[in-house]
Amino acid sequence: MSAQAGHGASVRIEACGKTFADGTRALEPATLDIARGETLVLLGPSGCGKTTMLRIIAGLEVPDAGGRVLFDGMDMTAVPIERRNVGMVFQSYALFPNMTVSDNIGYGLKIRGVPSKERAERVAELVALTNIFGLENRRIDQLSGGQRQRVALARAVAIRPGILLLDEPLTALDAALRDRLRGELNRLLRALGITTIYVTHDQSEAMELGDRVVVMQKGAIAQIGTPREIYFTPRSRFVAEFIGAANIVEAAIEDGHLVLPGGRQPIHCDVDMPAAVAMIRPETIRVTKAGNASLSGIIDSVSFIGDRQRLVISGASNRLLTVDAPNTVQVKPGERIGLSISPDAVRLLPPDN
Amino acid sequence: MSHKSFVWLCLLPLAVLTVAFFLLPMARLVVTGAEGPQGLAGYLAILTEPRYRATLINTVLLAAATTVVTLIVATIAGMFLQRHRFPGRAVLIAMLTFPLAFPGVVVGFMIILLAGRQGLIGDFSNRLFGEKLVFAYSIYGLFLGYLYFSIPRVILTIMAAVQKLDVGLEEAARSLGAGPWAVQRDVVLPALAPAFVASGAIAFATAMGAFGTAFTLATNIDVLPMLIYTEFTLAANFSISAALSVGLGIITWFILALARSFSGSAVAAAG
Repeated sequence: MSAQAGHGASVRIEACGKTFADGTRALEPATLDIARGETLVLLGPSGCGKTTMLRIIAGLEVPDAGGRVLFDGMDMTAVPIERRNVGMVFQSYALFPNMTVSDNIGYGLKIRGVPSKERAERVAELVALTNIFGLENRRIDQLSGGQRQRVALARAVAIRPGILLLDEPLTALDAALRDRLRGELNRLLRALGITTIYVTHDQSEAMELGDRVVVMQKGAIAQIGTPREIYFTPRSRFVAEFIGAANIVEAAIEDGHLVLPGGRQPIHCDVDMPAAVAMIRPETIRVTKAGNASLSGIIDSVSFIGDRQRLVISGASNRLLTVDAPNTVQVKPGERIGLSISPDAVRLLPPDN
Repeated sequence: MSHKSFVWLCLLPLAVLTVAFFLLPMARLVVTGAEGPQGLAGYLAILTEPRYRATLINTVLLAAATTVVTLIVATIAGMFLQRHRFPGRAVLIAMLTFPLAFPGVVVGFMIILLAGRQGLIGDFSNRLFGEKLVFAYSIYGLFLGYLYFSIPRVILTIMAAVQKLDVGLEEAARSLGAGPWAVQRDVVLPALAPAFVASGAIAFATAMGAFGTAFTLATNIDVLPMLIYTEFTLAANFSISAALSVGLGIITWFILALARSFSGSAVAAAG
């Protein structure tokens, strides 16, 4: 939930699937509730159906028969996008090249017949909100990528939409700018408190911006949860590997221990299993002396990243283990080290199907 | 041989061709225009002599009307053809662009078959109303012929421009509340403007100078190329036909230059 009282509409999509004319299934029938004022992120690799879902909510795609889209409980399935009162930011920004920045921002108000004086006031408000002073009379081709992104956002918000839809709004920008604008966008969304649906393939964007994250895979919802839930308790190997770095370990379980090539690792599980799949995040593994450690391995490589160093360990698990160690630990490749992992940090995953 | 003189040598054939086949005849034309009994005033006659002036205005109006109607028809058709996939689409596009293969005489012939004294339209109207509708030999027949001639050229340019339109722009306008008409007015037509200017200029220039169709049809009307022909061959009035040719060239060149200043280099690309 947003820090402020929620604005805008609640959204419910009900059994919305999408099959394209050529028979491709872009989206399996999905049901999803988005609370008023919530920021929901649709996250997944390209082709996972996240953009299709956004376009169904926007009204740019019609769901297959049986699917319904509701805003504040009202059925909007048959309402075209121009009457849904949604603000939308496109990946390409889609700013009108034949209009100035202020005309772009004021376009939705002009269409709604807002008098020019009132329109100018609202445009000025948004110029201030998105911090684009001095650009009002520029043409679109005179703007930088970051400036375009702000204008696109200002234009979408100007009409006071019930729902704000953002389709990969930062993807077109270079990495440094993306990081900066992400923080800015986060503050802006919190300040607006409007119901927001945000599509991205970037998991760090999803973590930072989302109240809840919907991880999607091959046209279906893989998991819905807060960023913490998704990170710490992924429900499948796909989610574990897509969000952050993850070590996937395949091993037998005996007496509450994973039996690994490099030793035994205690876990919270009382049932013995011949073949289990577990996830261990790199930052939860502590490096110790090899001496009497219950689990040990050989350092394959050490990469110094600055705030930490990333070690790759062989011989501990059935495949290479990645470990994020503090940048002060003195280790070198070829050394044997012990690995200490809390049982809480080992997450059992359902076996692959 | 130095590098520089080699480059100049390579330019020589171009220079010879330009001088022999372009500059010399042009200069000769301009001089001939001023060699009549009235001297340089022969050029003024284009505007002062009522028959010449009327023909000039006729031709410009006809070319302008052809351009406007062609743009309207070709835009609607081109947009539809580019945006929709249906059986027979390829055949339809091929048919629409087929007139490109015909010389003006054939186009004139087709207009006569359609709206001439033995034409289809005349037959129909005769059976329905007991009166033969014949307009092939009037300015309307010529207009129809020019339209037939211009639409293929314009439609191809418009289709290429529609293909390059960013669909996101239309979706963005719709998300902001714009209905279908507002989307066309505020987004699509402005984005197509350079293509309109470019293909419109070509249509105008073609209609200004077209001779074959006019020659086949124009028994009742005078258009500039016809007037030049009659002054030259029948009246042997060399100086006036030269002056008229220069006038025709200047008007057409002016329109093309105007179009080019509006749309950058798109006009050349549309040729």
